[in-house]
Amino acid sequence: MSFHLILFLAFGAVCVAGAVNLLAQRHPINSALSLIAVMAALAGEYLLLGAEFVAAVQVIVYAGAIMVLFVFVIMLLNAGVEDETKGSHVAIIFGVPGMLISSVLMAWVVLRHSNTGSVAIGALPGHPTDIAQLLFHDFLLPFEVTSVLILIAIMGAVVLASKPESSAGKAD
Amino acid sequence: MVPLSYYLLLSGFLFGCGVVGFLIKRNIITIFMSIELMLNGVNLSFVAFAARWHALAGQIFVFFVMVVAAAEAAVGLAIIISVYRTRETLNVDQVNLLKL
Repeated sequence: MSFHLILFLAFGAVCVAGAVNLLAQRHPINSALSLIAVMAALAGEYLLLGAEFVAAVQVIVYAGAIMVLFVFVIMLLNAGVEDETKGSHVAIIFGVPGMLISSVLMAWVVLRHSNTGSVAIGALPGHPTDIAQLLFHDFLLPFEVTSVLILIAIMGAVVLASKPESSAGKAD
Repeated sequence: MVPLSYYLLLSGFLFGCGVVGFLIKRNIITIFMSIELMLNGVNLSFVAFAARWHALAGQIFVFFVMVVAAAEAAVGLAIIISVYRTRETLNVDQVNLLKL
């Protein structure tokens, strides 16, 4: 068993445990913290794949900025433990066996019948210089369009989250 | 050397967990976090395929997915705040009317 595989399994175990914990916890703050663990472990997987810059951005943007926003909203709204609901019988009778069968089938196909090969450690020249060359040269138009998208999202967030009386005054 | 199929299985598992969380969770914030989990699963398969085929463009797509996720988080959380202000609840079962 190579060192690469051991690292992959370690980070993958953290990912799987965090994802399952996100489903199992009933308080949103616990789910948010397990999602942060998943994202940090995914940054480790990106490092194994040789994508250093993506790993750094994953930690800064996803585990940092976006999850801080989530935790901030959870605390702002004082979200409590979610209510227990009775699961539907149809979902238990058909959904669970169907999900198990389809996932086992898919895993079997991916493992046995795909000529996908292996990924070596640090296989990709993920140097920030190469990324910048692609991002600011080949993908310049999508990059500029996403900046407009961010601008629209900022304005939308401000309008939606502003006080009702001020937004009602603007709407009328 | 790790087979690419292992990365795909992990990615598929994360996406599946996101789908299950989206369906079974009742808290609107947790549902939103399940969507982020799905996006992360897709990102992992993007980077794995980029490494396998030596195509750096796969990493650029991950950046675009992150930008869209950030925009979605900002707007979605603003909508959640707005919903909470009018309904006083975060349970999606009680948010079933378009009109108050």
